[in-house]
Amino acid sequence: MNVVTPPEALSPKDFATDQEVRWCPGCGDYAILKGVQKTLADIGARPENTVFVSGIGCAARFPYYMATYGFHTIHGRAPAFATGLKLANPELDVWLVSGDGDALSIGGNHLFHLLRRNLDVQFLLFNNEIYGLTKGQYSPTSRVGTQSPSTPWGSLDNPASATVFALGAGAKFVARGIDTNQKHLPTVLTRAHAHKGASFVEIFQNCKVYNDGVFENFTGRDVSADMQIFVEHGKPLTFGKDGDKGLILNTKSLTLKIATIGENGVTEDDILVHDETNLMIATLLAHMEPPTMPVALGVLYCAEGVSYDEEVGELVRDHGRKGKDKPDFNALLRAGRTWEVS
Amino acid sequence: MSPTALAEKTPDSPARQIVESAVVRFAGDSGDGMQLTGGQFTLATAFAGNELATFPDFPAEIRAPAGTLFGVSSFQINFGSRVIKTAGDAFDVLIAMNPAALKVELPGLKPGGIIIADTGSFGERDLRKAGYDANPLEDGSLDGYQLIALDISKFTLEAVKESGLSNKDALRCKNLWTLGFVYWMYGRDRKPTADWLNAKFKKAPEVAAANIAAMDAGHTVAETMELPDGLHGFQVEAAEIAPGTYRTVTGAEALAWGLAAGTHLADIQMVFASYPITPASQVLHSLSRLVEYDVLTFQAEDEIAAACAAIGASFGGSLGVTSSSGPGIALKTEAIGLAIAVELPMVIVNSQRAGPSTGMPTKTEQSDLYQAVYGRNADAPVCVLAARSPADCFETAIEAVRIAIKYMTPVFLLTDGYIGNAAEPWNIPDINNFEKIPVSFRTDPEGFHPFLRDEETLARPWAIPGTPGLEHRIGGIERDYDSGNISYDPGNHQKMTDTRFAKIAGIAKEIPAQTVEDGNTTGKLAVVGWGSTYGPISRAVANSRAQGMDVSHIHLRHIWPMPQNLGELLKGYDHVLVPEMNHGQLVTVLRAEYLIDAEGMNKVSGQPFKIVEIEDAIRTRLEK
Repeated sequence: MNVVTPPEALSPKDFATDQEVRWCPGCGDYAILKGVQKTLADIGARPENTVFVSGIGCAARFPYYMATYGFHTIHGRAPAFATGLKLANPELDVWLVSGDGDALSIGGNHLFHLLRRNLDVQFLLFNNEIYGLTKGQYSPTSRVGTQSPSTPWGSLDNPASATVFALGAGAKFVARGIDTNQKHLPTVLTRAHAHKGASFVEIFQNCKVYNDGVFENFTGRDVSADMQIFVEHGKPLTFGKDGDKGLILNTKSLTLKIATIGENGVTEDDILVHDETNLMIATLLAHMEPPTMPVALGVLYCAEGVSYDEEVGELVRDHGRKGKDKPDFNALLRAGRTWEVS
Repeated sequence: MSPTALAEKTPDSPARQIVESAVVRFAGDSGDGMQLTGGQFTLATAFAGNELATFPDFPAEIRAPAGTLFGVSSFQINFGSRVIKTAGDAFDVLIAMNPAALKVELPGLKPGGIIIADTGSFGERDLRKAGYDANPLEDGSLDGYQLIALDISKFTLEAVKESGLSNKDALRCKNLWTLGFVYWMYGRDRKPTADWLNAKFKKAPEVAAANIAAMDAGHTVAETMELPDGLHGFQVEAAEIAPGTYRTVTGAEALAWGLAAGTHLADIQMVFASYPITPASQVLHSLSRLVEYDVLTFQAEDEIAAACAAIGASFGGSLGVTSSSGPGIALKTEAIGLAIAVELPMVIVNSQRAGPSTGMPTKTEQSDLYQAVYGRNADAPVCVLAARSPADCFETAIEAVRIAIKYMTPVFLLTDGYIGNAAEPWNIPDINNFEKIPVSFRTDPEGFHPFLRDEETLARPWAIPGTPGLEHRIGGIERDYDSGNISYDPGNHQKMTDTRFAKIAGIAKEIPAQTVEDGNTTGKLAVVGWGSTYGPISRAVANSRAQGMDVSHIHLRHIWPMPQNLGELLKGYDHVLVPEMNHGQLVTVLRAEYLIDAEGMNKVSGQPFKIVEIEDAIRTRLEK
């Protein structure tokens, strides 16, 4: 009898390559890289079955630093490469790494289709609200008025919300994390990995060089407790330094508002309980923005759905070889109307 | 000549006239079912043992306004007891289902040729729409032809009276009535069409019955009516055809099966990723049914995604194939550059059409040769093959798969709208007669890096995710020759660029030496073609040689790299003439590569070359 030796447990370091990491000093990408490597160790990922696929941009260098399989492709198209890869081998565990420009500008089309198709992959969007690799132009998530080399008097167009976009595209798993929150990020990534289908994770990532501190209004040490809400399925949506703030649903206007437990007769029972399978709650949470509302972090939405991979698998079961060893190619060529010439 | 009167034939009707070949063109409104009619006539003709070639010629509009000139849809077939290589030049018989069809197609009819016209569709309004002031069937303008003017609409209504179909539906059987008429003219068997109708309208037997009744009625009328003087039907004897099992096949079908045969011979899965575009979509349709043959198709969100998905699939160990037409290929270009850079196998099918931009989507052209050979940023060489005929698509597609896998490179496979849509009889090959395509996925981690090259082919190893110990990263940033890691080293980039070039150039070592299709290996004139000009060039050269002219035909399958002996071969002729359906692309490549004074002959009308056009060019060249 063969003795199956369980694969040795790998540490985060085992997922690091010998390549020198070339992001700017202080870049949020370092923290995310660490978080991802830790997650892979935590979930017992096998390097040979893991593939990182990226497009173009600072974030897209990610695969070079992962001791797994990796494919650094072209701008915005990582979802399409990943789709082909999963069609070739649905057993692979595929992670996509992208930025706000790559995912929402040049690649918006492909991200939309990846999510609606529900390909079983993890999609990580590093959102720093700026173009880093091309030296600081504004991005589709930059706030109106962002001054940049291409917008000396400030940007004019409305920004997109990555998370709202993902929900609108039909994503079944939508979550958020922050680069430097090393305790929280791996838990979100672990959930994303466990979900069958396209898992979308927006990670707020600080660009030290071109957009430093753009998220300070909710990540700053002094404001974070009041401006971040970590959502958890089945638990009341509370936050704040003392944990006494909560979200209440105004059922008439279908909007969220902030209340303080113990004030104006508000009790814990009045606080909305997070239901991650509820698209409406997820959408309301995704729309919350500083300065009036805190930023929702964690798993905003997680619903069951059949992945594209499973659908393709079923198609192959129904119309494929059906256990036959090798198909008879001559029979294919001779199907239909034929005639003999002797 | 006056329209034909209906009259009983005497029992001792003269025998049919024997002809060696005939060209028939069915023309009508987009909604008249001309493509279907032509397809059935093709099948019946193939069953009768003739050689044949077809040319479906239809508008881009799905349902163009009825009766308009731009809404005319035509189907041409050339068939005979001798070798047939083109759909024919001028036609012997024109079927005109309405005035617009007559107006558009009459210039292509031979002087004295036969016109079959439906008088029921030549009302005042119909004539006006086609721009006729007077009815050409009545005003004597067709005196130089043999006119068979019949109220096909009325005949059809009578024939299907019993069917219970509405007037409108009944009139839709007009094409079958006409087909029955033409079947009689050429002594064709109606049974295959009746069988086909019964199968097609299995769920609406009354429709099948009505169509069959219409076809039979058309046949009977042709048999019993008095045709114009001297016309007693034709007989086209069976051609001498090599023994075998035959079917009709379009270029698109043969190409789809050829690709699938390639991955079957390689024993790997094909992932075919495509975005619908005329005239390439038929390849996607055909392959989408071949799940049983390890083919997965993916209709991507756009052309770019299709190319990228194909490359992703190749990274994963399937063969990625993408397919489009010129404008779509343009969108895929950046992705193809990546496949060249990371050296993954890939086949890119281009069903060329008239351009630039949208151009004329349903009309044929071969103007994407530059795009395939040169059309990328940076030094980005690929292998380019071109199919010459519908049946040739099968073998060329297998060859494309073989080269892509062996050399770990994208391969362009050029076909065009004409080849894709045209049908010809095909002596179905036995898959077991084709060489297997060896695939070896690297598994040994010892000494591995992703750009470790095979000394002979310079191909890198195919190491696919899922293989323990071979974890590696590839990407568009220049890779180090000795490790595959990112490298900006100047010397390394020179070496990698040289190597990519040498790898593709090295394919020439294994491709067959260029042969001469017809004629001598030296002489006064070589006519050099590629792709779908094969038919008209080969016939024109054969005809010219029969008249004693010193002319040879050379036809290229390997556009890039070219066969090693091609330069020397071409230098053995006084003149080189290159007919192309573009403004002069292969001719420029030949001049650049071999410094020869090759001369172009160019046609970009959306229509294939006529034999006579090339014959004239040959004569002019030799008289110089």
